[in-house]
Amino acid sequence: MNQKEILFDYILHLADNSMIIGQRNAEWCGHGPVLEQDIALTNISLDLIGEARSLYQYAAEIKGGGATEDSLPFLRDVLQYRNLLLVEQPNTDWAYTIVRQFFFDVYHYYLNKMLIEHSNDTRLKEIASKTIKEATYHLKWSSEWMIRLGDGTDISKSKMQTAVEELWDFTGELFLESATEQAAAQAGFGISPSSIESYWREKVAEILEEATLTIPEKGFAQKGGKTGIHSEHLGYILAEMQFMQRAYPNLEW
Amino acid sequence: MEINLEEQFQKRIDEEVKIEPRDWMPEKYRKTLLRQISQHAHSEIVGMLPEGNWITRAPNLRRKVALLAKVQDEAGHGLYLYSAAETLGMSRDEMLEELHTGKAKYSSIFNYPTLTWADMGAIGWLVDGAAIMNQVPLCRTSYGPYARAMVRVCKEESFHQRQGYEIMLTLCKGSEEQKAMAQDALNRWWWPSIMMFGPNDDNSPNSAQSMKWKIKRFSNDELRQKFVDVTVAQAEILGLTIPDKDLKWNEARGHYDFGAINWDEFNNVVAGNGPCNKQRLKARVDAWEKGAWVREAATAYAEKRAKREKNKIEAA
Repeated sequence: MNQKEILFDYILHLADNSMIIGQRNAEWCGHGPVLEQDIALTNISLDLIGEARSLYQYAAEIKGGGATEDSLPFLRDVLQYRNLLLVEQPNTDWAYTIVRQFFFDVYHYYLNKMLIEHSNDTRLKEIASKTIKEATYHLKWSSEWMIRLGDGTDISKSKMQTAVEELWDFTGELFLESATEQAAAQAGFGISPSSIESYWREKVAEILEEATLTIPEKGFAQKGGKTGIHSEHLGYILAEMQFMQRAYPNLEW
Repeated sequence: MEINLEEQFQKRIDEEVKIEPRDWMPEKYRKTLLRQISQHAHSEIVGMLPEGNWITRAPNLRRKVALLAKVQDEAGHGLYLYSAAETLGMSRDEMLEELHTGKAKYSSIFNYPTLTWADMGAIGWLVDGAAIMNQVPLCRTSYGPYARAMVRVCKEESFHQRQGYEIMLTLCKGSEEQKAMAQDALNRWWWPSIMMFGPNDDNSPNSAQSMKWKIKRFSNDELRQKFVDVTVAQAEILGLTIPDKDLKWNEARGHYDFGAINWDEFNNVVAGNGPCNKQRLKARVDAWEKGAWVREAATAYAEKRAKREKNKIEAA
């Protein structure tokens, strides 16, 4: 890959993460456990999809050839998607959704912080500067819910512990460096994910402790999302998300 | 003394002084308002479902974000309205209980399915359009908290309506397939939208009292006529045909005449036999029941925390 292709692939990875978790959260809209939290989760979804749009717009400019903020999310298949396995996991229930969001928020927050501090790409830094404000709020919101439900009732604690354990398998991938990430870090516009691992582990440990939840053993890390080898869930997410563009191609909506 | 209070109450209404929660009010005024506002709040919440049905399938990111934000606005409207209704002495949980057990109603329009993307356009254009006709006068309704909630609701609704119309406009400027999709949506949503204004005036038993109390300012038929009159021109711009062969400009009246409404269908949907009544209610009940452990945990945590704070203060 040349530099341009690496940058493109790296931006897609960032964009796909926010797109897919944003799409997952949007499934909750109208079905939340209480009206105020329905609104809060929709806000987060709106922020994340908004961030994905900015990133896709940038990626489309780099790619050229008529690529747009829509052609990238709506016309790529599973193997071309670069998101983490974590974000495509099903909503399951409020506990899973909160834990998935929390694990992602910690990662998302530190990643954007590092991009602001270290990236040599002005555009990526600009997008990260906007994102960090939102990510700070997301992290506060999901941390509070981790604590509230972990330290709530016996039932909520047990649901949260189960979700933490099941989703833990997908957290190892966050820090496994893909070839693109390695090249992006070397070129100076990207961040090596291993550089945020200690921050992530420290923050997660702090919140889980306050939530009276147990941190799982390090265990086996499921991986593949960053290079297009996804879980079976992503195909269904895309089938739904891309339905209109696939059924009625090349139209204005 | 009761008569005096009622007279004074009516005098305030006639003088356009807003009634506030602590003011004396006839029991029937309170009940009528509580029924109307809670129904309105339920409509916002149930109304999230038919449009929510298309969020994950919106055709592009701009539309997805706009639709998500719109459905979120409806949740917000639900919140303001539940709060307004709570000032009349019933809690949100009690109102939800009435919704879930079928005791309370919501607008029947939401018992129709959303089958294509064009339905997102038609709902914004027609359903929100009809809602605005109903709701703008409510900004001046006699009960203060309701009137104030409606000012906020109306601002957002008119934005939604433009957004819906813009979806229709884009479809109508598009391919033959898109235009057919738009026409089909108009065909399916037109009559249910017309029915949103409720029964004809000669068949609307509570209207006279509500008008006297200035809860309502215009009759069902007046509002319906106004809606038809403005919507016909909008359909012409789109190049779509309103599915009513009797629709005709009446020079003498200065209004459009339109065909007879199928009140059997209306009554059937109100009675629970619309195409989606059961699914809509089930979706609400499921969300509530599946969320029970979350709400319980949040309460338990808040109590624990308050207790810890108290202990901390006592220890210090």
